[in-house]
Amino acid sequence: MSELKQELKEKIIEQLNLEDVSVDEIANNDPLFGEGLGLDSIDALELIVMLDKDYGIRLADPKEGRKIFESIDTMAAYIEANRSN
Amino acid sequence: MNRSDYHIKSYCRIRDGKISKDGELLFSDASEEFPAFIKAAYKYFETDYSKFFKMDNLSKLAFMGAEVLLRGNDEENTALILSNRASSLDTDRKHQAAISNPKGGFASPAVFVYTLPNICMGEISIRHKLYSENSFFIFAEFNPHLLSDYTNDLLETGKANEVLCGWVDYDKNKYDAFLYVIGKKGLLAHNTEELTKLYRTK
Repeated sequence: MSELKQELKEKIIEQLNLEDVSVDEIANNDPLFGEGLGLDSIDALELIVMLDKDYGIRLADPKEGRKIFESIDTMAAYIEANRSN
Repeated sequence: MNRSDYHIKSYCRIRDGKISKDGELLFSDASEEFPAFIKAAYKYFETDYSKFFKMDNLSKLAFMGAEVLLRGNDEENTALILSNRASSLDTDRKHQAAISNPKGGFASPAVFVYTLPNICMGEISIRHKLYSENSFFIFAEFNPHLLSDYTNDLLETGKANEVLCGWVDYDKNKYDAFLYVIGKKGLLAHNTEELTKLYRTK
């Protein structure tokens, strides 16, 4: 699980072009949107694509993303429970 | 010829690794690749806008030109009229490559939202809190006649108090921006001869 969380942080920084953010600066329970990393709606779409492409998880309802993408902890838990890749 | 009662308040040139304002060199960088050059400029001008790194190259070019001209300018009723030759072709190619990847094509939201040239005007508007009219034209080359006619009309009809306009072109690591602000007072007369002269001055 901790490896997955590290992997997620690296992917988020790379795919969302968070140039000024390092892996060490993202705590597992930091909010990803709003006052946390400040991700926006386009980033949310990018994360949905990442779930599909890298973990074989297709969200039937994009609104599910709100809970899944709350933090690295919630993302990792959802991926562990649903991954097919 | 095009004459008006308005003036060029300020102008900015970005090309060949250099950024100048009103004819004065503000920044230069030897990086041959545009991303490295514009990142160095972002840091040099102490720009604090993390979304910059998510933009495509065309938007970064336009954003930096606007940053040089509009930073500290609190005129919210500033219209935007931009133009270029390559449209968003550079990003369109990346989008095409992403969706046609034989190993599984995916349309990346971070790429495809920039497959329109006028997205860079949205980025400028968000940054400078502009709630104004805007247009992006595709020309074969810099066309001061249409830009100045349109600008004068916006100012004369009171639809804008100032206009940021000009040329912002990016394709295959070649970039050329000439942006200027037109208002009631300023450095130089607003006419096509002056605009052509400034654009051609290296």
